[in-house]
Amino acid sequence: MDTFAQLAHGFVIAFSPVNLLWCLLGTTLGTAIGVLPGLGPALTIALLLPITYQVAPEASFILFAGIYYGAMYGGSTTSILLNTPGESATIVTALEGNRMARSGRGGAALATSAIGSFVAGTIGTLGVAFLAPVVVKFALSFGPAEYFSLMVLAFITVSAVLGSSAVRGLASLFIGFVVGMVGVDLQTGQPRFTFGLTQLLDGVDVIIVAVGLFAVGETLYVASRRYAGKDEIVPLKGSLYMTAQEWARSWKAWIRGAFIGFPIGAMPAGGAEIPTFLSYAIEKKLSKHKDEFGTTGAIEGVAGPEAANNASAAGVLVPMLTLGLPTSATAAIMLSAFQSYGINPGPLLFTTQGDLVWGLIASLFIANVILVILNLPLIGLWVKLLKIPAPQLYAGILVFATVGTYGISQSPIDLVVLYLLGAIGFLMRRFDFPTAPVIIGMILGPLAEAQFRRAMTIANGDWTVFFTRPLSLTLLALAFIGLLGPHIWGYVERRRLKGQEAIPGDA
Amino acid sequence: MSVHDEPAAPRGVAMPELLIGLGMLAAAGAVLWQTMAIPVSPLYSKVGPTVFPYITTCGMLVLAVLLIKAAVQGGWQPDEEKETPTDWRSMGFTVAGLVANLVLIDPLGFTFASTVMFVLICYGFGSRRPLRDGLTGLVLALAAYFGFAKALGVNIGAGVVENGANGALATVASWFGA
Repeated sequence: MDTFAQLAHGFVIAFSPVNLLWCLLGTTLGTAIGVLPGLGPALTIALLLPITYQVAPEASFILFAGIYYGAMYGGSTTSILLNTPGESATIVTALEGNRMARSGRGGAALATSAIGSFVAGTIGTLGVAFLAPVVVKFALSFGPAEYFSLMVLAFITVSAVLGSSAVRGLASLFIGFVVGMVGVDLQTGQPRFTFGLTQLLDGVDVIIVAVGLFAVGETLYVASRRYAGKDEIVPLKGSLYMTAQEWARSWKAWIRGAFIGFPIGAMPAGGAEIPTFLSYAIEKKLSKHKDEFGTTGAIEGVAGPEAANNASAAGVLVPMLTLGLPTSATAAIMLSAFQSYGINPGPLLFTTQGDLVWGLIASLFIANVILVILNLPLIGLWVKLLKIPAPQLYAGILVFATVGTYGISQSPIDLVVLYLLGAIGFLMRRFDFPTAPVIIGMILGPLAEAQFRRAMTIANGDWTVFFTRPLSLTLLALAFIGLLGPHIWGYVERRRLKGQEAIPGDA
Repeated sequence: MSVHDEPAAPRGVAMPELLIGLGMLAAAGAVLWQTMAIPVSPLYSKVGPTVFPYITTCGMLVLAVLLIKAAVQGGWQPDEEKETPTDWRSMGFTVAGLVANLVLIDPLGFTFASTVMFVLICYGFGSRRPLRDGLTGLVLALAAYFGFAKALGVNIGAGVVENGANGALATVASWFGA
């Protein structure tokens, strides 16, 4: 019952006129950047980080959360009409959604994705409200050793288990570690990785890293691939109202998607790719209209993954708020916003910053309502946004990137660092290194180091502390399985296959 | 998911990937050099500021070796990516735009530098109407300067265009007796 009371209090905060305006601004901006290819929530929130010096924490987190949710809604519009997934989480939506649009049912595809996002987003947000206090109770018993092991597990899952290659994912993560360590060591006051430059004593700003990787790197990549193929916008045809049959085919997929997406998002692994692909596979298996998959487009194949995507986005907020454990680039940048206010997300956040947390959760419900209105009746507006030509779009992104970077300290050195990171971002994009682990490693690396040193100090420098505490050992074992399990499995499989082939030869 | 991404049949050494692996090795070397440069107080000798950097160095070395191994075995680029030629002209104009911005922002201010960058990047991306792009860029840069930067309380200095615009605003304001 406690949760209900606190949630009610949260709604009082979120319904204040000023906070409603922040929510409206965030959701509108989020939808816009979700629709526009080349702009994502991580980049946008990074560019808006200076706002944390201007307004109360409630206001900026309501704004950021609105952007975060809005980008999920907007991203599906681009996937359906342009077949260019704005984000990896909407790849699956493009599979069936774009086929539906091509066969004249784009309206229904947009409707099922928006309403499905609303249903799943609401279920997911309810999940946050009710699961978070449970996790908090559990997390209060964590010591530094458990926190460190949990972070190791998160590092492994976000970089090595998800994505196409464990080696490249981990390489990105370690680059993030190095960037995160630049500056003065907080415990001893020693400068690290500054190469003797005083400008680096304060560390590298997360804004520069996010803008360099996501804006400059992305623009260079698109420039290098400019004539690789032009996308055409499928004109929006068909009514935005779904038929009774389409409703009947959609609602179960929404619910299933939500219940696949939320738990996976809430695990300290995160990532929206796995739940969306899983939901797609399940819908394909259960559908009575298998012939529509991959041909004219099946509505279940849009409804399920879209719901899974939004529910997992909500789920990511659980480890972020309760453990201070970001599992996506956007969540990592939100964590740095908390740090900019001097607030440490973690189990104590719910008692020390009750107003902030519950106001934020309540505003997520409001954001969902605003977003379904923005993305259905007003869809025509966003389709117009898709018509912004690529040259002006990318040039414009870099103008804003300059404001965000140069504004930190009016130093051209920051622009040099930005361009260097942009070059690295280009190479990473070109050679299939994931960029999100860099941001996560940079933000979470120093926190993991602090917990590591705290645990070692308590244990008097005894390394075994991480292996003698049962929970810590379990988490490390899971990380180990995540890292090496697939390889051992693959080795055993190869041996087994070879063995089978050898039998006919023997005979 | 991470098991079978490396091709089974050897395809010879992939140069770009090898360079990336060597770059990672060089980065690990730089990290090691900077780690050894961290002064350690004997008070913190157990878990001092160098323990984590050393762990990071080891990790980077192992990863560099694995990347080089993958490169020697034929690399990891998908064929589609490999067969698409790089558009150097387009990239060149984009880089020129970035460099122009860097060089001009200090002497001439944000708006002027951004407008030049905007025109060059648009040209690189295939737009052939530099005059219109220049006007679009100017409007956008002014919007970013007066809207975004001022609203966020970010100080990005003032250059030729900003001072002109501020002066014009002051003149307009004075007409209304403000």
